[in-house]
Amino acid sequence: MSILVYIEQRGGAVRSVSRETLGEATRLAAVLGGPVVGVCCAAADPGLAALGEAGAEQVLLAAHPAFAQYDSAGHAAAVTAAAKQVGAKVVLFSASSIGKDLAPRVAARLSVGLATDCTALAVESGRLVATRPVFAGKAFQKVAFPASPAVASLRPKVFAPVSAAGAVAAVSALPFEWDASAPRAVVTGLAGASGGKADLTESEIVVSGGRGLKGPEHFHLVEALADALGATVGASRAVVDAGWRPHGEQVGQTGKVVSPKLYVAVGISGAIQHLAGMSSSRCIVAINKDPEAPIFKVADYGLVGDLFEVLPALTAEVRKLHG
Amino acid sequence: MLQLVCIKQVANTETRIKVAADGTTLDPSGVTWVLNVYDEFAVEEALRLKEALGAGEVVLASVGGAGVTTTLRNALAMGADRAVHLKTDDPAPDGLQVARALSALVTELQPGLVWMGKQAVDDDASAVGPMVAEMCGMPCVTVVCKAAIEGGVARLEREIEGGRELVEVPLPAVLTADKGLNEPRHASLKGIMAAKKKPIDERPAALGAPGLERLALELPPPRAAGRIVGEGVAAVPALVQALRDEAKVL
Repeated sequence: MSILVYIEQRGGAVRSVSRETLGEATRLAAVLGGPVVGVCCAAADPGLAALGEAGAEQVLLAAHPAFAQYDSAGHAAAVTAAAKQVGAKVVLFSASSIGKDLAPRVAARLSVGLATDCTALAVESGRLVATRPVFAGKAFQKVAFPASPAVASLRPKVFAPVSAAGAVAAVSALPFEWDASAPRAVVTGLAGASGGKADLTESEIVVSGGRGLKGPEHFHLVEALADALGATVGASRAVVDAGWRPHGEQVGQTGKVVSPKLYVAVGISGAIQHLAGMSSSRCIVAINKDPEAPIFKVADYGLVGDLFEVLPALTAEVRKLHG
Repeated sequence: MLQLVCIKQVANTETRIKVAADGTTLDPSGVTWVLNVYDEFAVEEALRLKEALGAGEVVLASVGGAGVTTTLRNALAMGADRAVHLKTDDPAPDGLQVARALSALVTELQPGLVWMGKQAVDDDASAVGPMVAEMCGMPCVTVVCKAAIEGGVARLEREIEGGRELVEVPLPAVLTADKGLNEPRHASLKGIMAAKKKPIDERPAALGAPGLERLALELPPPRAAGRIVGEGVAAVPALVQALRDEAKVL
């Protein structure tokens, strides 16, 4: 009876979200018992032994040349095989792009339910209970798992990794069936790479701009502050719908839901659907000229003022701090 | 080609959430029900493909209670040909159950494409599309923001962390739609009139046993009250100091 963790890699590097998932698996194992076992699909071993330090006792490597890219059908077959091989009672994914795509396939193959994008896992009266935001965080749902294994995906940036310095995970090959005849989606390339900047959902700091910027030509003010903070740029629905910014930057109920340690809302009034997407951030700063704007009700720190004056001053002050 | 578009009726995103007496679901009183926004992109893309091909049929499917008829009619008014309403009294069946009910319909209708939104903006589960695909032995591409479909192959783009993935998939396939895929049309008056006469086939949804046990629906604790650090440029140093020394986020 193990806790199985899907280890995500892109381009031959393990993604940091997997260390978060391993961290939670380690905490669950202390209550539920059983080893923490990773399963990774890759063309070659991306240095899995090092995941011992993140809490994995063992990692199963499903190796196939096609796994140089994400191969949904192959990954689903491999992870399902791993769950059966280790007798998993819990299977955890990160609720990343891959995890959101893969976890439902694995749950369907195992004929069990799935709790996606969880923000807390707990053991209550001996059974696993998952807490997950619904209505984009306007409410939280608690669910239990009637069948085994319990399959869940965890929201990025919510669960802390652990550090077991010097520990080494035992890496072994996972036998799994590669069905060459199955019709499959094949990744043929990548486009629009963001130049190494963290994705909104995985950023420590997010700076979002809204209609208060008055036009796309002023977004460089938001970008400059984001640069100074090492942050990722987000946007409100209003400016995305107006075509000022790409929809991939939208924060809110019909965009991305983020929980960074610092969220800076600039010229955003705070419509309920925007608040739903960012109110789980650890610290919220609002800059708006309207002291009555709803955004100030969720902000830890508010600054009332003209963003065209405040932003350059704030950017300069942050630069000074970082020297 | 028959295209099946799976849609869900959800509470409008401006809804203030209240918990129903059962303690586990949304209180439906006073809620404005709408077509899930991501499903709108799915309906639109299917209609555009049908128009481009000059042939075929767009069939809608939805799992839900009696009120779902309104949303089905609204989507029929966009131009879909007919609908199947898989009826249930359960206000919130889980993803596994909905996927079971839909996959039975997929097996029956044998569509060339199954469309749906990347997630429903109520339970935010993003589970049904890939589950239907697995249950029906079909390939699936999720979170599609660009689609070109020709000669039995779909060439797609999907957003991932830090870029877009280009994907090719043979039909039949399940595709889930993201914002940006298209600009959904508004129903015309003619469309609304025509929709009233389009057939909605009602039958019970074969949900099977729940995949999740609903224990509670709770409202988040209110955030502790924040403070206004000041006005204008003069307040900038105080803000930075608070972020560094109090909040310790810089």
